[in-house]
Amino acid sequence: MDNTVLEFNSVTFSYSGPDNDTKILDSLDFRVQEREFVSIIGASGSGKSTLFRLISGLEQPSIGEILINGNYLTNRLGHVGYMPQQDLLMPWRTIVENAALPLQINSYRKDEARKQVTALLDEFGLSGYENRYPGDLSGGMKQRVSFLRTILTGAPVLLLDEPFSALDAITRLSMQEWLMEQWEKRKKTILFITHDVNEALYLSDRIFVFNQTPVHALEEIKIPMKRPRNLKDLNRPEMIALKDRLLDQLRLKVKP
Amino acid sequence: MKIWREYTLTISLLFILVFFWEVTARIINMAFILPSPTAILVKLWELKVVLIAEHLPATLLIIFIGLAISILLGVGLAVSMNQSKIIEKAFYPLIIFSQMVPTVALAPIFILWFGYSIWSKVLVTVLITFFPITINTYDGLRSGSKELKELLLTMGARKKDIFFIVNVPTALPHFFSGLKVAVTFSVIGAAIGEWLGAQAGLGYFSRRMMTQFDGAGVFAPIILLSVVGILLFLLVKWIENKSLKWRQSQ
Ligand SMILES: Nc1ncnc2c1ncn2[C@@H]1O[C@H](COP(=O)(O)OP(=O)(O)OP(=O)(O)O)[C@@H](O)[C@H]1O
Ligand SMILES: [Mg+2]
Repeated sequence: MDNTVLEFNSVTFSYSGPDNDTKILDSLDFRVQEREFVSIIGASGSGKSTLFRLISGLEQPSIGEILINGNYLTNRLGHVGYMPQQDLLMPWRTIVENAALPLQINSYRKDEARKQVTALLDEFGLSGYENRYPGDLSGGMKQRVSFLRTILTGAPVLLLDEPFSALDAITRLSMQEWLMEQWEKRKKTILFITHDVNEALYLSDRIFVFNQTPVHALEEIKIPMKRPRNLKDLNRPEMIALKDRLLDQLRLKVKP
Repeated sequence: MKIWREYTLTISLLFILVFFWEVTARIINMAFILPSPTAILVKLWELKVVLIAEHLPATLLIIFIGLAISILLGVGLAVSMNQSKIIEKAFYPLIIFSQMVPTVALAPIFILWFGYSIWSKVLVTVLITFFPITINTYDGLRSGSKELKELLLTMGARKKDIFFIVNVPTALPHFFSGLKVAVTFSVIGAAIGEWLGAQAGLGYFSRRMMTQFDGAGVFAPIILLSVVGILLFLLVKWIENKSLKWRQSQ
């Protein structure tokens, strides 16, 4: 049985500038299976966020097609859950109102939306904060609200763009464990952009490396660790070897 | 009280200025040119019934009608310009141009058009108060974050959703800034209007005292006008704080 939820078929994409076009993807192919956790890693400016903009439908490929759940859609807006690089919480809305945003857009009744959000607050470590404003929350909590909002889109495929990059190391570790739990429990497919090799190794089934721009073929690395995982597993020799390989590749890329 | 502590410096400065004014006025000793603050206060007290019962309501009516029209006009223009590039191209330069025209010079023409009725004064008020409301609201509507709008798009939002969820709330603080400027201007607008032609109102009264060389009588209604301006400003600030509660958690 084929469980492909996301498929790129020879996708080419360029940003058109005033005098020249910047090619980001060059006839790229890849597939992501249902309930997979895929990390995307690559140097700054290599086109990771652009990939997400294409999947979510904010940009359209110049050539090629993008399939979601086996369907080719020209308008993909509203079909995947996108969690952007900044938390983008609205400071004038309470936590519940922020999280309920996708429900509001899908015309849920106000009390119905509120009920759905409230039912999840506890699990997201946010109970007691429902009527507070984002300005009152710590960085980790804001990211959890932003993730809750992404979950509430109801989309099976979630795109997370460096969700933890602004957090301190300790908060980050606990958020990673928490994200793993949520991913398993909610049976989602996750694409996850990060700059942190350890984070990618710990969380993913596969890692895609953006090794050049424009990218023609993503370097793909399978992570052999079994689940449930433990952070200590990262110290096993084969994982350290894998990490060295990854770091070498990234270093090659960064060299001028 | 907190308020007193916050404004200690302002109040002290004001006190010093008034004190020098008093001293200077007493030295010059020509009340029709420079009445002393105490003389003005005494005058204000003597005239309190006429000013408050007769002339203040006339002025307030102009201010409120003028502000109401300015709010409707300003917000309407801002929203239309935000929604349509064509309207923006057509109106924006005209709106700026309307502020280059010296209102005081135009006011006599309004009086020719509308006579001594309330509308000539309302028009002057509208002409100088709609501008800060329009421009601030317009800028506010445009200042919504692009990233946030894109996030809404990925959730399947329509144009209308983006307008009400992103643009309106981001414009609200800008609207209030504009309104705060507008209410202070509205007092000036009403006074200029009345100054040029009216049968009642604080501006009209001030001018009448001028023709009688009553310096203190000129200043007394002006003091009352400033008080009205300050109270209106505080009222807007209070409404602003009520409707933008989230700002306290920033
Ligand atoms: N709207 C745009 N118009 C033109 N060029 C753009 C646009 N957005 C991004 N780019 C360019 O495309 C390239 C890829 O950008 P992208 O944001 O996808 O990189 P990234 O891998 O996400 O980087 P980072 O790790 O810093 O987030 C960059 O060189 C950037 O300058
Ligand atoms: Mg990026």
